[in-house]
Amino acid sequence: MSDEVIEAKNVSKWYGAFRALTDINLTVRKGERIVICGPSGSGKSTLIRCVNRLEAHQDGEITVTGIRLHNKMRNVAEVRKSVGMVFQHFNLFPHMTVLMNCMAAPMWIKGVPEGEARKIALKFLERVRIPEQANKYPAQLSGGQQQRVAIARSLCMEPAVMLFDEPTSSLDPEMVAEVLETVTGLARDGMTMVCVTHEMGFARAVADRVIFMDRGEIVEEGTPHDFFRNPQHERTKLFLSQILSH
Amino acid sequence: MLMLYHDTVESEVLVHKPWFIGCIFAIVLAVFLIFNVAGTTMGELLRPVIGDHAQVKFYSRIAIAFVIAAMFCLNLVLIGFVPLKIQIGIVWFELVLLFLSLFAAFDLSMPFIWANLPFLITQGVVTTVYVSAMSLLFASAIAIIGAIAKLSSNGMAYAIVSFYTSCFRGLPLLMQVYLIYMGLPQVGYVINAVPAGVLALSLCSGAYMTEIFRSGIASIDRGQWEASRSLGFGFALTMRRIILPQALPVIIPPMGNTFISMLKDSSLVSVLGVWELTYLAHSLGQPTFHTMEMLVTAAMIYWILSACLELVQSRIEDHFARSKKR
Repeated sequence: MSDEVIEAKNVSKWYGAFRALTDINLTVRKGERIVICGPSGSGKSTLIRCVNRLEAHQDGEITVTGIRLHNKMRNVAEVRKSVGMVFQHFNLFPHMTVLMNCMAAPMWIKGVPEGEARKIALKFLERVRIPEQANKYPAQLSGGQQQRVAIARSLCMEPAVMLFDEPTSSLDPEMVAEVLETVTGLARDGMTMVCVTHEMGFARAVADRVIFMDRGEIVEEGTPHDFFRNPQHERTKLFLSQILSH
Repeated sequence: MLMLYHDTVESEVLVHKPWFIGCIFAIVLAVFLIFNVAGTTMGELLRPVIGDHAQVKFYSRIAIAFVIAAMFCLNLVLIGFVPLKIQIGIVWFELVLLFLSLFAAFDLSMPFIWANLPFLITQGVVTTVYVSAMSLLFASAIAIIGAIAKLSSNGMAYAIVSFYTSCFRGLPLLMQVYLIYMGLPQVGYVINAVPAGVLALSLCSGAYMTEIFRSGIASIDRGQWEASRSLGFGFALTMRRIILPQALPVIIPPMGNTFISMLKDSSLVSVLGVWELTYLAHSLGQPTFHTMEMLVTAAMIYWILSACLELVQSRIEDHFARSKKR
């Protein structure tokens, strides 16, 4: 078996007449850490949402952990089991405790017995360093804590790859650090991840590759060193000058 | 108890402000100066105040109005001193007392009521509760299926359900009861009175509740669906474990309304000759001209049943308030 976790070939997507993605080619190998950046509306979120089929692509093919996502495939659940996703707005289940948020998927999807699921949940809550909040409800937690719970919730399914959709964009500045630290910790432990973010410091420190998207296309792709020091395209330079100037 | 946003700024108790009490005093005084209560039960209670009112009518009226206004204001001021829960209790108690004294003025025959009450309960209440409970069950089932159909992208399902809700919300319930009872035999299916009543009630409340469920489900943030789907939950699991539990707190209050009105609307089934509360109240009282006795009794029983539903509703609301605490 090859070690390609995600493989996208010539992927295109339209919203009506608007072309959201244009011929995207992207390969993510096991253990790779990819950061996608770009101006708003450039299709970065759309791309990673296509990977776990929260959005459907219309052209090209996407293969995730060896399973090909094509238009008629109904069993997307298989893919979703092995792809974790963290959202900008956390999307925790507000009517469940933190612990239950983490136990739900293993119990209901994998059929893990309750005691076992509790152990798994506590293990990952420990890992995001909030085991003491286990019995609280999401509304009682700060934004940063909620996002860490959301990360733990995804980890409980022991996914092959984690997708982060602007995980820090709706957080107060002082909480960004704790979430990024958690994500960095995961990266260091070898988790395969694709992260859409505007945190360039994070990209520099963690990414194996940085991908710059604009108007639905991948404009430039490279190691953080090359990407930040020596951007090739005008659009990349403009974007970097805007984002790094302040 | 859930309240409006509770301001932390300390405010003075309204009923302890002299101008407010003054106003209330003036209003009550005026009301009792305009309406003469001297001849009524209330007037009789106040006889010590007025003495023999037959002689000086004008002064007795002033005396009554003054005493009532003073007592009313004193009551207000005193209630202002006690904690919230006790306030609620006292005011409820006083209103119930006032309400009952109103019925006391009807001069009802209590022995007649006591004699007929057991049958009214064992036959009438049981039938009413049975019809309502069955309808409640069916209506909920209809509502949830209807809501999902209405939110689905299936044109046929949407059309069927929107036609159904439009039709059953648009026809008077009484017509529906008649149409089902007398219309179904026309197409070859003879239906008994009770099933006809249950069918009409379920279809009608089901139509209202479809809209309640639909708006409740639609009020849940898209992100909840996305999070559930990204974890691999299927449609049914997401609905049952994630969406409905969150939609319920939104759905419960209007649903309580629908249930309560359905309980009372079950009285319309009486036109089919079903021996439920309203029908029995009517038929037991009429032969001996004790209609008022039976109607008041039935009214009280309806109220008690509704109050039970209210209680259940507030219990459920409390239950769901848990995850909102901070």
